[in-house]
Amino acid sequence: MFNYLLRRILYAVPILIGVNLITFALFFMVNTPDDMARLNLGNKRVTAEAIERWKVQHGYDKPLFVNPDAQGLGQVTDTLFVQKSLKLFTFDFEAGDDGRDIGREISHRMGPSMAVAIPTFFVGLLVYVSMALAFMLIRGGAAELWGLVALIAMMSISSLFFVIGGQFFVGKLWHWAPISGWGDGVSALKFILVPVLVGVLASVGESVRFYRTLFLEESGRDYVRTARAKGLSAGRVLFKHILRNSAIPILTGVVVVLPRLFLGSLIIESFFGIPGLGSYTIDAIQSQDFAVVRSMVFLGSFLYIVGLILTDLSYAVADPRVKLS
Amino acid sequence: MRPVFLISDLLFFALIATLAVYALSLRHKPSDRAAWGRVFSSSVGKWSSILLVFFVLIGTVDSLHYQVNKDPEVLSALDTLLSPLRLAKEKTYSAPLADTLYVKENVVQPDGTVKREAPPLKHRHLMGTNKVGQDVFYLAIKGIRTGLMIGMLTTLITLPFAIGLGLSAGYFGGRIDDAIQYIYTTLNSIPSVLLIAATVLVVDVQIERYADKIGSAAERADYRLLALCAILGLTQWTGLARLLRAETLKLRELEYIQAAKAFQVNVARILMRHVLPNVGHLILITVVLDFSGLVLAEAVLSYVGAGVDPSTPSWGSMINGARLELAREPLVWWQLVTAFVFMFGLVMSANLFADQVRDAFDPRASS
Repeated sequence: MFNYLLRRILYAVPILIGVNLITFALFFMVNTPDDMARLNLGNKRVTAEAIERWKVQHGYDKPLFVNPDAQGLGQVTDTLFVQKSLKLFTFDFEAGDDGRDIGREISHRMGPSMAVAIPTFFVGLLVYVSMALAFMLIRGGAAELWGLVALIAMMSISSLFFVIGGQFFVGKLWHWAPISGWGDGVSALKFILVPVLVGVLASVGESVRFYRTLFLEESGRDYVRTARAKGLSAGRVLFKHILRNSAIPILTGVVVVLPRLFLGSLIIESFFGIPGLGSYTIDAIQSQDFAVVRSMVFLGSFLYIVGLILTDLSYAVADPRVKLS
Repeated sequence: MRPVFLISDLLFFALIATLAVYALSLRHKPSDRAAWGRVFSSSVGKWSSILLVFFVLIGTVDSLHYQVNKDPEVLSALDTLLSPLRLAKEKTYSAPLADTLYVKENVVQPDGTVKREAPPLKHRHLMGTNKVGQDVFYLAIKGIRTGLMIGMLTTLITLPFAIGLGLSAGYFGGRIDDAIQYIYTTLNSIPSVLLIAATVLVVDVQIERYADKIGSAAERADYRLLALCAILGLTQWTGLARLLRAETLKLRELEYIQAAKAFQVNVARILMRHVLPNVGHLILITVVLDFSGLVLAEAVLSYVGAGVDPSTPSWGSMINGARLELAREPLVWWQLVTAFVFMFGLVMSANLFADQVRDAFDPRASS
């Protein structure tokens, strides 16, 4: 088990290096620091000196891979690749274009992000699984058919409409909750309500269909037929047999996204003015703050890989047939 | 008047031609023909495909571009057909089917006094007009081409990669498999919206840099659209590649492939003649299923600021603009509703159609 874990972690390293190389290529080679400076200083008619000054200020005045001016090991380490890209591995994020330390921003903002993302995720899971179970109980009727059409309709609505609609009806028209913003402690609750509701609603179609497929697949197995043949009631078969056996794929689906909850949701956060990591990222994209985008890409990939490793472990814990070696 | 061929037009026509060739090739494939028969015999399949064909027809007419003599503006055949709508411009917002503008202005009366009232409109607009007085219904129709392009061209761009890499990973195994798996795990591990947005940022800077070399505004918008499709494809191909790899792994152990190997049929031929046709249903199902997701993705990307060029009419930018319109007093709802109805129409029919296709083609599909 320990060996397996170690191997998986070692296997993650080349992937993170790959991510690092991709972002480096995108942000430093295709898009040179000169481009960045010009963009930040306002495109047209920028003098060469101004560009140089910006680059020195933001630490972009180094060569890409090899620095011939430096001494000894500095030839390799005093370069953009090491300073700007490899440093991410130590979780040493630099400062964004506004001069604020990205690492500190992240630690401030992860709270609000998780306060929305975690309830959304678990309420969602509960709602989706219950709805999928309800679909299993009404199998084969007209109700199921219309239910499925409703699910497809929900799938066909852009998540933006749910956000705009939720904000408009709940916030503006009915005045049930504030439209956007954030508060400390308990007062944050009223700001969380609508985003959570919208978040759950936005993926109802896809998720219920996904869980329904899982249950359908399970219901075709031999043990289900045996259980039915023994005369067990439909409800008992569903809850005692199908649900418990589907728990493994459900669990592993849950585990893989858990670490990413930390990053929050891009759209929902920025619409509802929640000061989390999602809105931070959106702001960075819109103001073209490359340092922040780079850090968030790295963090996102890191968390995804953590999720993959956790998934493997959860398989081993939940399913006695799986042995990691 | 001379025709203008934008790159996306050519790709779009190539895609239509491919569809036609596929349809013709069905004559020799009775099983596929039977499956399509199942799709079209259900009423859901029939109606959703009729709607889709209708959308594609509009997209096709909108892809026939031309330029009038010295005029720099590139028009499409659809623009000409809809020129009453296109040219019917007002000053600013007007409600659907309204007689007057939505805002009051100081109007000089015939007797010289000034009165505050909403001035009358020059035309009647089915779905009203937007902030700069363009007909909203016309813009929504123009959005069809953008939606189709993003849904279809992205797939067209990714298909060669997904098929090539997926099949070779599964068939050759070993180092090649490791390398390909590494590539797609790495790409998958980057949060897709971030990867797309970051790449669009970079492409923007590049387009800005070569702005002088790119001719007209229409071409520029077209490059932006193509770049968006290519970038979306970057994150999209991994799913299909993974599916194809798994299926090929199974297929390569089957007797008929082993026999072909024993007869020393060359590898390319084995892949093309023996493996590819047997994973065809997977490709078809994935392509159809992905379409609606891509159309929806455009709206989200517009919001993030990584969508199509501002001059390209798209439902995403309409929705994005409508956000502020809901906050103004009195609120403007028609742009949002129109974009919603059009987008919902295309995506819903694509989803229903995709469901039928999957049920008809997937041997494991549950009924």
